[in-house]
Amino acid sequence: MDVIIENLPTYLSGFGTTILLLIVSGLAALVIGTIVAAMRISPVATLRTVATVYTEVVRNTPLTLVLIFCAFVLPYLGSRMPYFVAAIIALSVYTSPFVAEALRSGINGVPVGQAEAARSVGLGFRQTVSLVILPQAFRMTIPPLINVFIALTKNTSVAGGFFVIELFAVGKQLANDNGDAVIPILLGVATFYLIITVPLGLLAVQLERKWVVQR
Amino acid sequence: MSNASVLFDAPGPRARALSRTLSVITAVLVIGGLLWMFLVLNSPKESGDITLPGMFDESRWDIFANPEVWTFIGQGVWNTLRAALVASVLAVALGVVLSLLRSARNPWIRIPTAVVIEFFRGMPVLLMMLFILLVFSTGDYWAVVGALAIYNGALIGEALRAGLAALPRGQREAALSLGMRQLQSKMLVEFPQAFRQMLPIIVAQLVVLLKDTSLGFIVGYPELLRTTMNNLSSFYGNRYLFPLWVVTFLIYLAMNLSLSWFARWLSRRTASRYRPSGKGGPPVDPTQGMLVAEAMADANRSGSSTGDVAPGSRP
Repeated sequence: MDVIIENLPTYLSGFGTTILLLIVSGLAALVIGTIVAAMRISPVATLRTVATVYTEVVRNTPLTLVLIFCAFVLPYLGSRMPYFVAAIIALSVYTSPFVAEALRSGINGVPVGQAEAARSVGLGFRQTVSLVILPQAFRMTIPPLINVFIALTKNTSVAGGFFVIELFAVGKQLANDNGDAVIPILLGVATFYLIITVPLGLLAVQLERKWVVQR
Repeated sequence: MSNASVLFDAPGPRARALSRTLSVITAVLVIGGLLWMFLVLNSPKESGDITLPGMFDESRWDIFANPEVWTFIGQGVWNTLRAALVASVLAVALGVVLSLLRSARNPWIRIPTAVVIEFFRGMPVLLMMLFILLVFSTGDYWAVVGALAIYNGALIGEALRAGLAALPRGQREAALSLGMRQLQSKMLVEFPQAFRQMLPIIVAQLVVLLKDTSLGFIVGYPELLRTTMNNLSSFYGNRYLFPLWVVTFLIYLAMNLSLSWFARWLSRRTASRYRPSGKGGPPVDPTQGMLVAEAMADANRSGSSTGDVAPGSRP
């Protein structure tokens, strides 16, 4: 326990980097994912194909492979960026198809009957989408999206293996320095991850309970 | 909502022409972009005084003519598959045990199990690998397999628990009224149904597990990624970095896509067998499926609903 308190500043700086990674790549993934999701439901066939291929390919690539590309292969190809930026790019690209799938499944989850009913009542395209479809799709989208961000939180640890000094890398370093207190140090690291993931998970379950049963 | 054409009137000739034009324009843009990338990668690069050959130059790919390189890569693939296979078996076994403990009637068993599951679910797998590696000093293989088994076991356990809770209450009541004991009803009646219902989600989770074996790269287990990107690339030198990456990427894609297709096929098959009327199968996406199952479980708990709402009706 003492080891944790002694090294609390180190922990906190690692935790800060983790949070920064989470927020920046989360936002970037949200932007890319929304674009991909919009492409997937667009009426233009080529856009749909491109988005589908992108989703399938990126979803089936391990994050470590994406990170290796951004951290080792890109510099060899001539890019000059710090490892932190490389990690953010890799994490956002890797997370974006999951965001797109969550959004798409939310929209697809609204029964066709809802749209049919809205149309037959005489609502136009804009009204149907904004008054009937989106409010329902939104509810079905938020809980899976939160789950995507929980996964992203855990995935930021992989960046620790690629020269980004975040929580995992800090833990590894501290464990190397204090060989006699490995267990408390790593449990400390775990606690910091749980501080983010557990409340988010509870929030997702809560929102799901509140929203889905109503329909 | 899978059919977007409900939203607007059928497109007339002008809208269709517009859509076609846009289609062609995007196709041209995408192909042009890919071509541009290919050309940039392929162009020789000046570095100081020497000119490096382009990325698709023969001199960068010649190692793949050597059969020994392929034996080496094959060894890496085998190590990846071996770890994934053992970890999947252990994870499913652990998941079954955890789900049974988690749905036990005794709160002294149920609540600690829930805490344990939450603990392992909220932690990065990589951290668990490091923990096993440093604390139990088991070597890299068991660090990878152990961490993957525990993490995915917790996730599968939670999925199975949700599947158990989502079953219609009548199943259990019927079993009890036939004179079965609690445990008999659980093992003979409820669990087989929950397992079948959750099978697509479990297989989808196993795809994630296969992908996560690549974390062995960081803890030093010689799986595919470490074999190619570390051992081979340091043996043959940096100029093979890009080709080796491309080959690794393609191998992973082949492995994961075939497993994903299997998951999807399985999900369609179970869907058509158990719910002949429902068109859409249960969701393949693990988290989505979990949420649906949880919602069903809640509906069961809260009302007189007999649970005849097929989960498949909500894709």
